Amino acid sequence: MMRSSNRKRPFQLYQLVYGLWLLAFVIAPLALLLYQSVSTTTGGLTLANYQRFFQSGTYLAMTVNSVWYAFLITLLTLALSYPTAYLLTRLRHKQFWLLLVILPTWVNLLLKTYAFIGLLGHDGLFNEALQELGIGSHQLLFTNWAFLLVAAYIELPFMILPIFNAIDEIDPLLLAASRDLGASPWQTLRKIVWPLSLSGVKAGVQTVFIPSLSLFMVTRLIGGNRVITLGTAIEEHFLVTQNWSFGATIGVVLIVAMVITMLLTQDKQEVRS
Amino acid sequence: MKKMQKAYLVFVFLLLYLPIGYLLIYSFNAGEGMRQFTGFSLRHYQELWDDTRLLDIVFDTLILALSASLIATLVGTLGALTVFRSQRQLTKSVLLSLNNVLLVSPDVIIGASLLILFTTIGLQLGFFSTLLAHVAFSIPIVVLMVLPRLREMNPDLVLAARDLGASPRQVMTQVVLPNIAPGIMAGFFMALTYSLDDFAVTFFVTGNGFSTLSVEVYSRARQGISLEINALSALMVFVSFLIVLGTYYYQQHRMKRQKKKSFLTARSLS
Repeated sequence: MMRSSNRKRPFQLYQLVYGLWLLAFVIAPLALLLYQSVSTTTGGLTLANYQRFFQSGTYLAMTVNSVWYAFLITLLTLALSYPTAYLLTRLRHKQFWLLLVILPTWVNLLLKTYAFIGLLGHDGLFNEALQELGIGSHQLLFTNWAFLLVAAYIELPFMILPIFNAIDEIDPLLLAASRDLGASPWQTLRKIVWPLSLSGVKAGVQTVFIPSLSLFMVTRLIGGNRVITLGTAIEEHFLVTQNWSFGATIGVVLIVAMVITMLLTQDKQEVRS
Repeated sequence: MKKMQKAYLVFVFLLLYLPIGYLLIYSFNAGEGMRQFTGFSLRHYQELWDDTRLLDIVFDTLILALSASLIATLVGTLGALTVFRSQRQLTKSVLLSLNNVLLVSPDVIIGASLLILFTTIGLQLGFFSTLLAHVAFSIPIVVLMVLPRLREMNPDLVLAARDLGASPRQVMTQVVLPNIAPGIMAGFFMALTYSLDDFAVTFFVTGNGFSTLSVEVYSRARQGISLEINALSALMVFVSFLIVLGTYYYQQHRMKRQKKKSFLTARSLS
C-alpha cells in the first residue's frame, strides 16, 4: 500500500525539504571547502597549498602531534572510564548515578574550560595542593599537560556512557555461569565482560577521538595560545590570518585523517563480529 | 577491595564535579579572582544583574537555541520520514551517510565550511547565519532520534487506518505522528542541548554584531578571570540541573505508572 502510493508521487514535499537541506548544508559546504583549498586568488586551480602542506615540516609535525594528542586524550579517558562504567553498573541506583555522570555535559563547555583557568592558575587549587605535598608550585596552565587534562575531563562522560550501556546489557547469567565454572573475578572481567563490552568501547573511542582533533578553544585558553593541533591551525587561518585557502587545505587533510580513523575502527568491528 | 572500588568512584565523581563546584564557590567570593576566598558576598550576582549586555546575550542565546531546535525538529522529522520511506536500500544508505556527515565532522570543519558557504552566497554574518548553522548541525541528530521510532512502529497501523478510509494527511497526523512523538521530543531536546552547548561552529559564523553566551565567555576568558562569569555559570548550572533532575523524576514516575498499568491490563486479560 505504502509502496504503491509512493510510486505515484515520487517527489513529495517532505522529501524535497530534506533533500534540499542535504544539498545546501552538507554537500555544498564540503564541496566549497574542497574548491577553496585548490583555488587561487585569480580563479585558477592549483595544488600549491597541498604541496606547501606536505613539504612543510611544521605542518606535518603538527598533524602527527594532533593525532598523538587525540590518541593520548582517548587513552586517558578510556583508562578512567572503563573502571568507572564497570563499577557503576553494579550500584543499586545505577540509573541515578549515571545521570550524575551525564549532568556535567549540561554545563557549557566554555564554562568548564574557564573553571580550569582558575584551578590550574599560579595560586590555584592544584598548585596549593602541590605545595601542601611539598612538591612546590609549578607552571601548570599553558602547558601541554593542562591541555590533555582539560580535554580528557570534557570528554569523560562521553566515554563512560557507551561503555556503561554495553556492560549493562551483558546477561547477568553469563557472569554467574563464569563464576560457577570457577573463574576468578579478574578472569570473568577479562574473558567475559571486556570482550562483550568492546562495542561500547569502540563507540566511546569514536566519540572522543574525532572531537579531540579539533578542540581549538581548549588549546587557546588552556594550552597557552599556541597552535599545536590541526583544529587550532584551521581556526588560525580562517579567523586570524585570513588565509582561507590554506585553512581549507588543512581542513581537507583533517577530514581525510578522520575518515581513515573511522574506517580503521569499523573494519575491526566487522572482523570481530 | 570493596573499599577501593568505592574510593575510586568517589574520586571520579570528585573529579567530575570539582571544576563546577570551584566555579560556584568562587561566585560568592567577596574579593576578585579565583585565588583566595576573602568572604561571602553576592556582589558578583549584583554585577551580573546590572550587566545588560551579558543578559541580552543570554536572552539571544535562548531565542537562538529554541528557534534553531524547533526548525531542526521539523526538518529532521521530515528527514526521518524520507529515509524511512525510501524504497531502495542504496538510496537509504546514501541518505543516512550524508545525514551522518555533520554528526561526525569536527566542529571546526563544519564552522569553516559554513563560513565559506555564507560568504559565497553573500549572506551577512549575524543572527540569521548563526541560526542557519545551528539548524544545520542539529538536523542529523533529530533524524537519528526519530528514525528508530518509525522502524518500531507497527506497519499494520498505517494499513488499518488506510483501509478504514483515512486520507494520507489523516494517517500522518493521527497515526504516524502520535506514534513517533517521543522520538520527536527526544530529538528536540538533543537539538536544544547541541545548540546551547555549541561554541566552535558559532565562533566561525557569528560575525561581529551577534554573540552567543559561549562566544562571550570565550572572549572574556581570554582577557582573564571575571567572577561575574562565575555567578552566571552558577545560575545556569542551577537551572540545567533542575531541568535534568525534574525530567529524571518525571520519567521514573511515568515508568512506575506504566509498569502498574501494564500489570493491571495483564491481570485483566488473564
